[in-house]
Amino acid sequence: MTDLSNRGYARPDALVSTDWVAQHLNDPNVRVIESNEDPLLYPSGHIPGAVQVDWTADLNDPVRRDYLDREGFERLASRIGITPETTVVFYGDKNNWWATYAFWVFQLFGHTSAAVMDGGRTKWEKEGRELTRELPSYAATTYSASERDDSRIRAFRDQVFQHVREGKPLVDVRSPGEYSGELLHMPNYPQEGALRGGHIPGAKNVPWARAANPDDGTFKPAEELKAIYESEIGLKPDQDVIAYCRIGERSSHTWFVLTYLLGYPNVRNYDGSWTEWGNSVGVPIEK
Amino acid sequence: MTGYPEKLADIVDDFSHITDRNERAEYLIEIADRFDEVRVPPEISSRPHAEENHVLMCESDAYVWAVDQPDGTQRYYFDVLNPQGLSAMAISVILGETLSGQPLEQVAQTSGDIVLKIFGREVSMGKGQGLMGIVSMVQQAAKNKQS
Repeated sequence: MTDLSNRGYARPDALVSTDWVAQHLNDPNVRVIESNEDPLLYPSGHIPGAVQVDWTADLNDPVRRDYLDREGFERLASRIGITPETTVVFYGDKNNWWATYAFWVFQLFGHTSAAVMDGGRTKWEKEGRELTRELPSYAATTYSASERDDSRIRAFRDQVFQHVREGKPLVDVRSPGEYSGELLHMPNYPQEGALRGGHIPGAKNVPWARAANPDDGTFKPAEELKAIYESEIGLKPDQDVIAYCRIGERSSHTWFVLTYLLGYPNVRNYDGSWTEWGNSVGVPIEK
Repeated sequence: MTGYPEKLADIVDDFSHITDRNERAEYLIEIADRFDEVRVPPEISSRPHAEENHVLMCESDAYVWAVDQPDGTQRYYFDVLNPQGLSAMAISVILGETLSGQPLEQVAQTSGDIVLKIFGREVSMGKGQGLMGIVSMVQQAAKNKQS
């Protein structure tokens, strides 16, 4: 894999390499954050000094379906010992899917000094780098956060309705079986949390993991990403794009790719995704 | 009382006493460390495995096999292709150790709700469904054998 600066990314500063992280493990201005789907991974071993941010325990409102509010984010930031000036570096399992989700939530609060470790946990492990079960301890900080800004990078259902009416592009990043609705009709199969299968009308299907190299989870170079998103499904950088999946985690990966690696300025993640759309009464669905 | 086979009921009971998230994780990691004991042996299957054994909703690429035993029961084997799929490995070990050799009618009645009882409410919806998919494959294998 070529050096990050040679991959043609619009915002190469949004990625750091495993080498870079290894060199900054003791940098007080950097906080490495692990976010995974599997809650057992971090306690089984993590990058020395890394803290865990768990989407259920840390990023979601415990009662209603929403993210934490400003006060909640300030408490989280204090717990992991960061200030607005701290560079936060996210990494995690499976191509960084939950890492980009945590990255996205941090952007709702404007913590722009942030990056993702290319390749995530897979690459770090494959390189034989150190993992530890020792939990780090950082002095609590005082973090004054902005109010959560849902207007720029987050889409809600009614906005998606309008988006569909205007014929603007949607990217469904789920598997082809979820996109077609086929999965909901297979016998002996745990249904995917929705009463109806299919996709939002007009959405094009690009499974999220196509943006990553399967061997080490690193992101593909910009030219390969353009071949997928522009040549295959016709996205254009100046378009208003909405990505969705089932609950918004896989689509945050695609949001990251389009926004930071390809430089699209207007991409939103519909975190309600199929668990909202596929359960809503009277909404249009394509199969 | 629970309707689960005895060994599975014991495990579920163990977890019912754990309220600390970290303690639960440590226990599950310990269990996942025994995955080699339930991993499918090469004489039954080697990679690439048949699609019929694939747990389709499991993001950790889990596979399940049921091997008929002379006494009419089944022995359950697993594979988890994602080396980071610790939760999938843990539930596989629990199912393999507690349901292999048990009466089919009891295995067939084992339901996916054990996932929440063992992993707690912290498990994400997608992860929970994948783990329930593994339970469902074992349960279905027992049902198929009965019919």
